[in-house]
Amino acid sequence: MRTIAKAFLCLFAAFVLGSAHGEELTPDALVKNVTLEVVELIAKDKEIRGNRNKLIELIDEKVLPHFNFTGMTALAMGQGWNKANAEQKKRLTEEFKILLVRTYASALAAYAEQKFDFRPLRAKPTDTDVTVNVRVLQPGAQPVPIDYSMEKTPAGWKVYDVMVGGVSLVANYRTEFNNTVRDSGIEGLIKTLSAKNRTLEAAGAAPQK
Amino acid sequence: MRFPGSVVLLAALAACATAQGDPRDPFEGFNRGVYRFNETVDAAIAKPVATAYRDLVHEEIRNRVRNFFSNIADLFIGVNNLLQGKIQDGVEDWARFAFNSTFGLLGIHDVATDMGIEKHNEDFGQTLGRWGVADGPYLVLPILGSSTLRDSVGTAADIYTDPVGDFRPIRLRNSAVALRLVNVRADLLDASRILGEAALDKYVFQRDAYLQRRRSLIYDGQPPREERPPEPEPTPEERRSEAPVNAAPAADVNDDLRRVPQPTHP
Repeated sequence: MRTIAKAFLCLFAAFVLGSAHGEELTPDALVKNVTLEVVELIAKDKEIRGNRNKLIELIDEKVLPHFNFTGMTALAMGQGWNKANAEQKKRLTEEFKILLVRTYASALAAYAEQKFDFRPLRAKPTDTDVTVNVRVLQPGAQPVPIDYSMEKTPAGWKVYDVMVGGVSLVANYRTEFNNTVRDSGIEGLIKTLSAKNRTLEAAGAAPQK
Repeated sequence: MRFPGSVVLLAALAACATAQGDPRDPFEGFNRGVYRFNETVDAAIAKPVATAYRDLVHEEIRNRVRNFFSNIADLFIGVNNLLQGKIQDGVEDWARFAFNSTFGLLGIHDVATDMGIEKHNEDFGQTLGRWGVADGPYLVLPILGSSTLRDSVGTAADIYTDPVGDFRPIRLRNSAVALRLVNVRADLLDASRILGEAALDKYVFQRDAYLQRRRSLIYDGQPPREERPPEPEPTPEERRSEAPVNAAPAADVNDDLRRVPQPTHP
């Protein structure tokens, strides 16, 4: 419980990937640049942390372009993905994206100036599917590893899974998604996700403690 | 000891194992009950106390408290590393304990980390896992939360060997144990809020994260990568025959991980 929750505390870095300035960035350089850029923005602007909408804007602009949300949703759905039609796939991806962005905004608000250790990439230059390792350092505790699974696409390197402390975000949704699809079908899952997002939105509108 | 008790308890519970559920979690109904109990206790006592602690006690002092208990824990983290044959890690843990207990003033300053001797995370449950003991069924323990049959045995050993348990007088020991719990819970305030926001079903989300996390810890962050194309969903009959009665074979536990489909390439 303790370690798990701690891992989730570090989810914030899980999505810290922002805009690439050059197309030819290696995946590890991309992760490093964007992580540092976002963390610096948060450190500079104290007010942004208490403002959920500003955080989400920041994530939209800096982080989202580097994620393959369709790939993430497909992985999280497992075999259920093939049961969905094109339009359902689109709605699923959209709702899952909103949920992840909200979770990330929440984690970013809890960021407490931890330091990062960017590990050298262990991959051949020709590889098209790599894992980028970052570690979050905190005094009195084992560093928390954050591993980004990334693939090369014509539009640059894209993240398709994030492992925080050995916990794959995508795999962790699989049981929940499968259970919901089994009980109430694809439409049921879309409804559940969108209801969850609406609840969070309503709660986020209230003043944040 | 807790172990024989757990076995009796499990035998009694085997009767109410559900057929539909996750093969790693045959006692889901019972576990959910304990989980609800834990959530109630947490909301009524642990969370308010931890929140007050975080709001009233200065961050510097909270860091010292965390370091103090972290230093004491390094002793048996070292023992576990040696038991797992990781001699260098074990020696590092004891070096940490030596430096932090002296130069770090009884551990309140983590000077070892500044010297580049990194903190490790080990316990008896991980040592058993390293020795090849399978997780066994998932269990939610009262107050302590997520565990497995194997990790429950490990936790019993952790508690039995806990140096804080030897603090005397008893009142000092009890205060130390309480302070440690409050400190741990306070560190988790943000995390538990995020968990509540991220999960569709908190119980399932936390269980799956726990099982993934333990697997990663046992392999020190390098679990064998097991990916293969999706398989057809097992029928309820197959699931039932797969359901572990006492201890699941190691492979079963990671079934979900192995069923990861390849990412779609647009």
